Amino acid sequence: MPETDKPLLAHLLRRAGFGATFQELDRYSQLRYEAVVDQLLHPELQPAIEEDVLERYYIDWKESRNIEGALTESVYRMNAYAGGRPLQEKIALFWHGVFATGLAKVLHEKTMLNQIDLFREQGLGNFRELLVGLAKDPAMIFWLDNNFNHKDAPNENWGRELLELFSLGVGMDGQENFTEGDVQSAARAFTGWTIDDDNVTSFPFGKLPWRFRYLPDDHDEEEKTFLGHTGNFNGEDIIDIIVEQPATARFISRHLYNFFVADDVQVPAWQHTPSGDPEAIKILEEEYFRSNYDIRSMLDVLFNSDFFKSDRVRFAKVKSPAEVVVGTLHLLGDFKFPKRGIFDVAMGCRYMGQDLLNPPSVEGWHTGEEWIDSGSLVERINFVADQVSDIHQPGVRAMVDALLDRTDELDPESVIDACLELMGHIRLHEKNKAHLTGEVRAMLAQRSALVAGSPEDRLFAENTVLHTMKMIGSSREYQFA
Amino acid sequence: MTSTNKDPILVVVQLTGGNDYINTVIPYQDPLYYDSRKRVSVTQEEVLPISDELAFNPALTAVKDLYDHGKVAVINGIGYPGPNRSHFRSMDIWHTCEPEKVGTEGWLGRAIRDLDPNAENVLTGVNFGRGLPRAMALTGVPVASVAVLETYGVLTGITGEQERIQALDLFSRMYSPIMGTGPVMDYLGSTGLDALKGADILKTVPAQYQSRIEYSDSIIGRNLQGIAKVLTANLGTRIFYTEQPGYDTHANQGPLHGILLDHLSHAINDFYEDLNEHDTADNVLIYLFTEFGRRVKDNGSGTDHGAGGLALAIGDPVTGGIYSEFPSMRPEDLEEGDLKYNIDFRGVYGTVAEKWLGLDAASIVGGKFEQLNFV
Repeated sequence: MPETDKPLLAHLLRRAGFGATFQELDRYSQLRYEAVVDQLLHPELQPAIEEDVLERYYIDWKESRNIEGALTESVYRMNAYAGGRPLQEKIALFWHGVFATGLAKVLHEKTMLNQIDLFREQGLGNFRELLVGLAKDPAMIFWLDNNFNHKDAPNENWGRELLELFSLGVGMDGQENFTEGDVQSAARAFTGWTIDDDNVTSFPFGKLPWRFRYLPDDHDEEEKTFLGHTGNFNGEDIIDIIVEQPATARFISRHLYNFFVADDVQVPAWQHTPSGDPEAIKILEEEYFRSNYDIRSMLDVLFNSDFFKSDRVRFAKVKSPAEVVVGTLHLLGDFKFPKRGIFDVAMGCRYMGQDLLNPPSVEGWHTGEEWIDSGSLVERINFVADQVSDIHQPGVRAMVDALLDRTDELDPESVIDACLELMGHIRLHEKNKAHLTGEVRAMLAQRSALVAGSPEDRLFAENTVLHTMKMIGSSREYQFA
Repeated sequence: MTSTNKDPILVVVQLTGGNDYINTVIPYQDPLYYDSRKRVSVTQEEVLPISDELAFNPALTAVKDLYDHGKVAVINGIGYPGPNRSHFRSMDIWHTCEPEKVGTEGWLGRAIRDLDPNAENVLTGVNFGRGLPRAMALTGVPVASVAVLETYGVLTGITGEQERIQALDLFSRMYSPIMGTGPVMDYLGSTGLDALKGADILKTVPAQYQSRIEYSDSIIGRNLQGIAKVLTANLGTRIFYTEQPGYDTHANQGPLHGILLDHLSHAINDFYEDLNEHDTADNVLIYLFTEFGRRVKDNGSGTDHGAGGLALAIGDPVTGGIYSEFPSMRPEDLEEGDLKYNIDFRGVYGTVAEKWLGLDAASIVGGKFEQLNFV
């Protein structure tokens, strides 16, 4: 079988995961593209990380007691699974962005992390089941005050955001997707969906995760009218009506496209601004209904589509901070086993503007170029530059050795081309490549960089490669996925 | 230390999440207040009266003190037609002055452009916090967004001086405009170059700053102190921005709202004292706003999204007092259970832009709106 196109695989792995190392691309290229997609879509068939090892080394994680601990654990897991089960982590990150719930209010790390586990376990499954799981998720209930949504005093927060942010969207094709009356009906249908407060314990017994509880006595049994349907609806009835709506198909399709294919305008503009690729959205909408709301099926269609493989969408996304941090750690092969220092690198996400588990609001993060401002860009550049030039990182060592094994004497063009390939088949614009070539040429002019020469020559050759990788990691182009 | 730069400076503080107007400036004599707020209210004994009708929340002691010295303008019932109760959308409207369509240009971005039309100073606008608020976003307008002042800079990991100079030189060439690479590449390029320039200037700031004022320990306190450091360094910054998150008090509002206001009140006062110590209080106007007020009737534990809100202008340039009417709380005067706004926020922005910054208000806020006289 001919080798599968590595730049295409690198593109797939940047989107379905956090990028791939050159060794991983060597392995994937022995499989057909469709088989790689299939493997990614079934993370549950790949080995799990050893939880007992994590518990032994990071003792406090089991009981994560602060936002930073929970953030660190999330980054550790994303990176630990970036090789074996990347899409499990990527889909969890996707839903965390859509169903944005934050510790600033929830203030209960274990409960919050359980919500992310829901996305890991069900994020590729049926959308109806996912919404039901979300409606029963204690972190979400608390985040949007459904525990204060009572039969005699409805609280609309969950009812409104369920429609506006989690399923229908405000509107599409210039129209409104729901009315204030629909919000009130949805809120009333979810009265009685609350948190089991028997489970709230105090020191020294630890913080047990919260649990869902349904209180029939607090549920509004009156008739409700929702999106043209009338009946004594409970929460699941509302979700049944929601998932049938063309607006929901559109909303989920656009979210998947925006996250996995190419940056779209920001979500609030979707009511009035159509997708840049309406054909692709139509294909995804059709698959949504055909598969009976199955996210895995939609992604199968997406990753195998021409619109995904197209050169037009390569590097058409600005990486999220989580993609920068985890993608870089994975490239380096760092923190694949517990050690000190994970906290400092995980906090990079926060400094770059993505405080995982603590989004700015229920509307999640603005994406695309809005990730970038002069503050966050500086954080990105410094993070990557410091990491990719550290020869003590196993991934960096492997890239440097692989490069130096190919050649006897370094010349600027081949050093740069090889670095770009080893770092994940990334591209530099010709002009920037020329600037970098000038720099590398000037470095190499300082002394002989005979790879097989003296130890000093070898060290000089290594440092030249490291500097090249540092400047590639600092480039604008590196910010694109 | 004497300030030589007396250009008017604006410091905007965003209270994120929808600050509960009615419990910040309290109509403590109005029985309708206590009827509507059965569970989420402040008693008449606790409030800090500023008139026969209105009083500050008891957490605002420091702001009350500034008010008593004529330094605080209370702007009642601020809003816009067709209030939107989504955080994100309403905040966008406040940032862009576009209630009808989704805008991308920020009003402060336009103000920065008008203050510095040739973008000569990359620090004309400085945000303290992570991410750039849309209010400051405008293509071609550089704004420094600083999370932590002390560690701000590009390629700081390179320690050799000569090596770093060389790397930064290459960096600036690799971030220079390339025709035909598209708006996002262009944007990243100009952002990188601006960051490089801004960082070079800002790295000198922390060492210059000296103050006897000890800021109270809160996020808003740290950010306002960062602003004071840059402001007193006289780098030509005219517009500063920061936010205090957490005002989305749907539940358990009582203690939560008090803590937020307490942090805010102390931070504002520390900042004002710091400006005084640096002899620059007379050219700084502090403006506080939020995306919406909250519903008149409480929900038993907190308050839901509403309309009609509050803005405060604070500082020496301000003519203190109560501006605009507190909207009627009579049920027949409410709009879907919310206060009806009586002053358009674009008129208040216009006041700040025209009377304080000396700019043409209409082009910044998108039209002519009634202005107030607090400056």
